[in-house]
Amino acid sequence: MTEIISTNTLILGGGPGGYVAGIRAGQLGIDTVLVEAGPLGGCCLNVGCIPSKALIHVADEFHRIGGMAAANGEHSVGIKVSAPKIELSKTVDWKDGIVRRLNSGVGGLLKRSKVRVLNGWATMTDGKTAVVKTEEGEVTVKAKTVILANGSVSAGLPGLPFGGDILSSTEALSLDTVPERMAVVGGGYIGMELGMAFAKLGAKVTIVEATGAVLPSYDKDLVKPVLQRAKSLGIDIRLNTLAKGFEKGKLRVETDGKAETVEAEKVLVTVGRKPNTEGWGLEELGLDRDGPFVRIDAQCRTSMTGVYAIGDLTGNPMLAHRAMAQGEMVAEIIAGERREWDKRAIPEVCFTDPEVVQVGLSEAMAKEQGHEVVTGLFPFQANGRAMTMEDESGFVRAIARKDDHLILGLQAVGAAVSELSAQFGTLIEMGARLEDLAGTVHAHPTKSEGVQEAALKALGHALHV
Amino acid sequence: MGIHVIKLPDVGEGVAEAEFVEVHAKVGDEVEPDQNLADVMTDKATVEIPSPRKGKVVWIGPEVGETVAVGSEIIKLEVEGKGNQAEVEAEKAETKPAEHKAPEPEEKPQEREPEAVSTPKPEKDRSVAQEAARAQHTSVPAADRPRARAEGEKPLASPAVRRRAMDRGVKLEQVMGTGPAGRITHDDLDAYIAGDAPARTGGAGAGYAADTSVQEVKVIGLRRKIAEKMAESKRRIPHITYVEEVDVTALEDLRAHMNAAGKAEGKPKLTILPFLMRALVLALKRYPHINARFDDDAGVVQQFGGVHLGIATQTDNGLIVPVIRHAEANDLWRNAEEVLRLSSAAREGTAKRDELSGSTITITSLGPLGGLVTTPVINHPEVAIVGVNKIQTLPRYDAEGRVVPRKLMNLSSGFDHRIVDGWDAAEFVRAIKGYLEHPATMFV
Repeated sequence: MTEIISTNTLILGGGPGGYVAGIRAGQLGIDTVLVEAGPLGGCCLNVGCIPSKALIHVADEFHRIGGMAAANGEHSVGIKVSAPKIELSKTVDWKDGIVRRLNSGVGGLLKRSKVRVLNGWATMTDGKTAVVKTEEGEVTVKAKTVILANGSVSAGLPGLPFGGDILSSTEALSLDTVPERMAVVGGGYIGMELGMAFAKLGAKVTIVEATGAVLPSYDKDLVKPVLQRAKSLGIDIRLNTLAKGFEKGKLRVETDGKAETVEAEKVLVTVGRKPNTEGWGLEELGLDRDGPFVRIDAQCRTSMTGVYAIGDLTGNPMLAHRAMAQGEMVAEIIAGERREWDKRAIPEVCFTDPEVVQVGLSEAMAKEQGHEVVTGLFPFQANGRAMTMEDESGFVRAIARKDDHLILGLQAVGAAVSELSAQFGTLIEMGARLEDLAGTVHAHPTKSEGVQEAALKALGHALHV
Repeated sequence: MGIHVIKLPDVGEGVAEAEFVEVHAKVGDEVEPDQNLADVMTDKATVEIPSPRKGKVVWIGPEVGETVAVGSEIIKLEVEGKGNQAEVEAEKAETKPAEHKAPEPEEKPQEREPEAVSTPKPEKDRSVAQEAARAQHTSVPAADRPRARAEGEKPLASPAVRRRAMDRGVKLEQVMGTGPAGRITHDDLDAYIAGDAPARTGGAGAGYAADTSVQEVKVIGLRRKIAEKMAESKRRIPHITYVEEVDVTALEDLRAHMNAAGKAEGKPKLTILPFLMRALVLALKRYPHINARFDDDAGVVQQFGGVHLGIATQTDNGLIVPVIRHAEANDLWRNAEEVLRLSSAAREGTAKRDELSGSTITITSLGPLGGLVTTPVINHPEVAIVGVNKIQTLPRYDAEGRVVPRKLMNLSSGFDHRIVDGWDAAEFVRAIKGYLEHPATMFV
């Protein structure tokens, strides 16, 4: 006897897109059921954003202390310590604790919004019905409206199937020891972030990238400081190199037709993510597709009436904050409000060392779109706060229209610049001009002063460079 | 480094002020000697203000559209070496810092501009000066005016404004943004909502949309002169308009013949205008009080012996009336040449001052457009204007009562009814008609 639940809105997936849609729908008084097979929070919270940041933090600390110890008391800031040791299993426990806190946090928020959460695997049988396999048995959910928030999965390579010593980011974030040698296949942001973190933890890291550049979605100037740091960490970056296979601690690679091997205890494959389109009945729904993604319009409607899709399932950039914004919007649309996607920019942040952030258009993109632009660049070498934090690498750059100085894009690379993404996004969403930014008092001493200075530079009268 | 002050030059004819109509340089520009910095316009002509020497523009006083007195400082250049005025130099020592903040003309000692016609406008000048000072601080001057959005460009508005627009079902693409860079403010949205309700229900989705945009165009330069002149004329003169049909069949035959003959000799092509000018000259001999200027303030009509014919000419900037002096002394060909020369000079803006003033009667013609009837506005202080309408081939009865095709043209003429009675107006036009219908009588 299967239980049948009738509800207004059914959400498939408890990741950032799904749970935000759920919370907002609940706030708006919509009867909502959310189905999630794993713990709440999706990849982001459980095996992605949050765990990786935890690992990166520990790696940074370990590396910093190691640097002080290696200087044997002669370290320039005057701290004397002995060589640190890392117990990675403890790190993972600590990380798991954070994840658990956040899991239950999300659960609490959904509960407060009166969203019913079903723990199980949902399969769509038609555009209004899902069969959910829970521990207690099958439950059929019938809904007027469905939000597909099924997310994405790590893409693999045919020659390197996940399993054993071939890891996806999920396994890499739960290792109990630091491998001596690690090969990272794929130099995108996940590969670079984790590759640098493991290098700081003491692994000898080789990054194998098939194209001619790492972090290909970022401007070359922004990537340069990251490459310099990678080099100083002893990371071996092999461009235009294909990973062919892995046997007995040796990764077979091919650079311009020349075969070589890279010694590696573990191989981390981070060649991107793909939408999770299999195993839950999407094929039966017959929705229009946009390449591998589910095609949506400006209101996240799919080709089937009453079926919405949000998040990684629907296209690039596959970022949690895009999914959250879509989820919020769709809940409001279902509640009868007039909404459509009108965001000017989705911030992109890369938690490498140094961090990279870009919001809006790059100079090249702006020119491609026919804008005449002015740019201003402020190097952190001229920033007092950067000096006191022992990291002067990187810069802030502002890109604006030449005629009316409307800010089109803001970028930064440097230590802890990810937090600047908020200001960048606000400026662009508000339609700020260079004069607005230049005319705002920025607290001294902060790295954010560089943002104001970049605008002043673009206006032709920077004060500190 | 010195400051070279450029003052509004005396443009002659007792002109005391001129309007700043166009600026060709901006603060911060490097300029070469003789480079045109600005155009000023007097009652009659546009005068260029050339740069006297090489330098950098550091201050531009008047705003476009502002009327400035002769002798007032209009532009300042930063130049190599000393500036142009000893007294400016002398004062520089103490006013230099202030120079960059607010060079305020009204604060300068009176003796520094003895030739300046005193037109104190402190309020205005101060704001202009501050404007200029602001501009100096930013080397890339910012465009504060709203910019037209390009096709497909997303409207600029804060997230809060966008959300309100969505709530109200307003497409921001249709809302005019008045904020910086054309940003749509809450006020813009309110204004749109307040004024747009019927258009939205009527036109939505049908491909028809109400265009609620309003563009403010400053009436400056020649346009302002025209506006002032027309208003002056209509305010002062009680117009009487008189329309008469003229059979120009014979005239057109003669014209065609003369053009065919003249072409071989390299003579200019004759339009109907030189013939009309000739007819007018002859008719005015019989009605001299129509060839006049009426000074109604003094209560005096000046009747002229010579006929100085104004020819209303359309230029890219607007209406200009070049004047053919002593048309009574010109034959047809000379009239034709003069019309050609002066109208192109007017169009190119190269007409001299005395070629643009002193007319005693004016002809206005829309050329091939013509129309059937016009009600021309008299070129004050003249007392008459003759308007030429288009030539059409129309059926008319001949002496035997047969319908024949004739080439017909209307003359629409305006008269100052204070000076010219209806009877005289009719007689005068009939005289012109007589000459034009029997062209031989013009040359006997």
